Amino acid sequence: MEKLFQQLNKAIMDSLQEGEYLSLGYGGENSNFTRINAAKVRQIGNVDEADLTFNFILNGRRCSGGISLSGDAEEDLNRSLTELGRLRAEVVQLPEDPYLVLPDSTDTSTNVKHGDLPDSEEIPAKLLPAMGSADLTGIWASGRIYQGSANSAGGYHWFATDSFSLDYSLITPAEKMVKATFAGTHWDQEAYTGFLADSVNKLKLMSLPPRKIEPGSYRTYIASAGISDILSMFSWGGVSEAAIRQSESCLGKMRNESKKLSELFTLSEDFSSGFAPRFNGNGEVAPEKTVLIDKGELINTLVSSRTAKEYNIESNYASGDEGLRAPVMRAGSLKEADVLKALGTGVYLSNLHYLNWSDMIGGRITGMTRYACFWVEDGEIVAPIENMRFDDSIYSFLGENLEQVTDTTHVNPDVGTYDGRELNAVICPGVLLKSFALTL
Amino acid sequence: MDLQAILSSIDVKADWVGLRYVKENTGFRLVRDGKPEANTRESKQGIMVEVLVNGQFAYYGTSRLDSAGIQAAAERAVKLADAASKFSLHSFGVEARPVAKGSYRSPYQTPADAFSPGELSELLVKATSELKVSDKIVNTNAMARTVETESHFVSSNGSDVEQQYLMISADYSAIAHEGGVTQKRTDGGLLAKSYQAGMEVFNEADVLARCRNIGAEAVELLTADECPTGTMDLLLAPDQMMLQIHESVGHALEIDRILGDERNYAGWSFVRLDDFGKLQYGSDLMNITFDPFVENQFASYAYDDGGLKAEKEFLIKNGLLLRGLGGMESQLRSGINGVANFRASSWNRAPIDRMANLNLEAGDSSYDEIIGSVEKGVFMTSNRSWSIDDYRNKFQFGCEYGKLIENGKITRTVKNPNYRAISNPFWRSLKKVGNKDTFEIYGTPFCGKGEPNQIIRVGHASPLCLFDKVEIFGGA
Repeated sequence: MEKLFQQLNKAIMDSLQEGEYLSLGYGGENSNFTRINAAKVRQIGNVDEADLTFNFILNGRRCSGGISLSGDAEEDLNRSLTELGRLRAEVVQLPEDPYLVLPDSTDTSTNVKHGDLPDSEEIPAKLLPAMGSADLTGIWASGRIYQGSANSAGGYHWFATDSFSLDYSLITPAEKMVKATFAGTHWDQEAYTGFLADSVNKLKLMSLPPRKIEPGSYRTYIASAGISDILSMFSWGGVSEAAIRQSESCLGKMRNESKKLSELFTLSEDFSSGFAPRFNGNGEVAPEKTVLIDKGELINTLVSSRTAKEYNIESNYASGDEGLRAPVMRAGSLKEADVLKALGTGVYLSNLHYLNWSDMIGGRITGMTRYACFWVEDGEIVAPIENMRFDDSIYSFLGENLEQVTDTTHVNPDVGTYDGRELNAVICPGVLLKSFALTL
Repeated sequence: MDLQAILSSIDVKADWVGLRYVKENTGFRLVRDGKPEANTRESKQGIMVEVLVNGQFAYYGTSRLDSAGIQAAAERAVKLADAASKFSLHSFGVEARPVAKGSYRSPYQTPADAFSPGELSELLVKATSELKVSDKIVNTNAMARTVETESHFVSSNGSDVEQQYLMISADYSAIAHEGGVTQKRTDGGLLAKSYQAGMEVFNEADVLARCRNIGAEAVELLTADECPTGTMDLLLAPDQMMLQIHESVGHALEIDRILGDERNYAGWSFVRLDDFGKLQYGSDLMNITFDPFVENQFASYAYDDGGLKAEKEFLIKNGLLLRGLGGMESQLRSGINGVANFRASSWNRAPIDRMANLNLEAGDSSYDEIIGSVEKGVFMTSNRSWSIDDYRNKFQFGCEYGKLIENGKITRTVKNPNYRAISNPFWRSLKKVGNKDTFEIYGTPFCGKGEPNQIIRVGHASPLCLFDKVEIFGGA
């Protein structure tokens, strides 16, 4: 794949004319998807695809495009040159773009990570027998993911990685569920069998008779997987500098009204884990670590070069949408083994579901509890709870109501596949809250 | 590309082979405060090769379009199906892919190329200018999305279906800010004006008039009272009914959800297989149809991606649940009557049960009759927040703009209107349904579901609807 990208890059860049600037982006995957319901195969298939995107600039005007690649170099070069011709014809019709940024990065990098993955045809036999009689529903995704970037200034980046993930739910006859994700780069059958057995053991807790709790405010522990969902909301009307400037961010109050979150809350964009490449669609390389919220205080935002130009500030080479690509929340001091004791009496939430801003500017999020969520009394799990709706403000539950943060961070891989398999992960601890509003 | 010839040349041992070629050009233009933010066009194409072996379907989606590439894809799919057939959830026969022959072309008056990129950009620049009705408007956006799709499906049991679509979505929005208060207004909710139509939707006079109104309402909201908190009547405009139908009816009735396929992602459903024909889903004013033939509605088509012919069907009649949203695979698995809704987002995904056009049929109440019947309530329009549980029970939705209704009259504007309820009791509280004069058509390009994930387009149409005793509340 890299050879094809290199060939196309050279031929396309060689064809550029005076005054033309271009950034190319390559994205591709060769993936197996095995969909499982009731520990049986519901659907199975492979997807082999690659796309090339163009960001074209001429005379202060900009337009972009994208094409599917066939894998045949001659055919793909023809498609690429046709697309370049379309962009040339269009760009002259468009208004000038005062905030466009010419590609000038000459950085280069190559990062190829080889794994050890089962062949697609082996996957059912490797996965399903270990599930036994469990009611397991989920998705296996595996294969190689490619990303590339190049520009007319000579910048070039290539990233490829092999990976797999089995994201699943185990379900009791009474429809209580436990969620888990087994992910990695090198398949280990024994480790998989052990991981699955551990999940089945956790499911036993869910067989206790459920308890219905009334709407109200409760002492609450939210485990790492739930917090990862909340941190993901910061990519949508959150840490984006453009969103703050354009009055579409929950953090506007921190910038404009000096609001703060708890001193226990520190959030960074931190690529040191290596899950996601540091280069963005323009081939710009972000700093390895940028602290965004430090001990409750907003000290940085994610700033793309376009936003930097518009507002005359410095870029930290964020992606075009200024979303988090490598979020890491700092651990605290509460030992995970002491969580139930510290919670005392209240609600233990393992996962959240379907989050949305109920008032973005006010920082209020609504969503549901889901999976292994329990009522706890005097430090002991008493019963799973019926799913509840929450509706609370980050300025409250990550502010004055944030009591403690656990001392261990967990990696929550992004198993999303809308635009292809994701590479990112959210690394975060769990949090203990003095109060959390459950509303329905 | 001669898809029939390619199909004939495929040499594999399978009980059935299908090829689904999809080419889609998606254009997107966004202007913010008079300046261009995005002018993009993506052209994606590929083939989904699907086979049936030993009762198990398997697929190989490839962007390699030559005969050798498609033959190789079919061979890999056969191996996958064979390997998976030892662990099949359900053993299918060829009847899961009915024979279909036909074509569909979406209606439009003005073709996509009638507007040059420069002309459309110029209109969007003007739109942002009209949105800025005062200095209190701090952000304006105008966006246009055009999608041209061709799909061609052929199969070894004789299907041959070609469908072509031109789909337009547009939105115009303004953010107003003053004294620490920020309010946003859009054109009926983000991209809610999504249609199978042509460039005639960009009628300049109409677009600019709507933009002036959007800007004015954003400014109006700055000084509006907070939406009151309490249990009272809720009147929903058709642009919010779109979301209400989608989340608390559509997803709940998808048979693949009821069968548990989505339990690890989107969730299950409070509806069970034995509820069909028995469950009183809503009041007797509730009539929900799957209707693939509403002129200009966003998700019209003639055949689904499994080859099932699309027909209009009542899913809920006089409040009684009759039929599910399930294509042929789900119908064979469940024994429940369904509809032609086995759809894939593109060539690189396998079809699953999706909504298409899912509508609430008009009733007989006029706008004046409905308003006049309300002693105290809130009229909400244009969705801005949505969240519902994995069983499609407990939901909370928020709107951009509200009007207080007191003693049979609309009295004043309220900001940050929200409501929450549980699906069945909520629909049973439906007490008035607007007539055809209040009926409006909307859609969205962005319905997410499935593993691997798929985004697909859906359409929803509805009249005004009045609900009794709903929990209503304001902002933070």
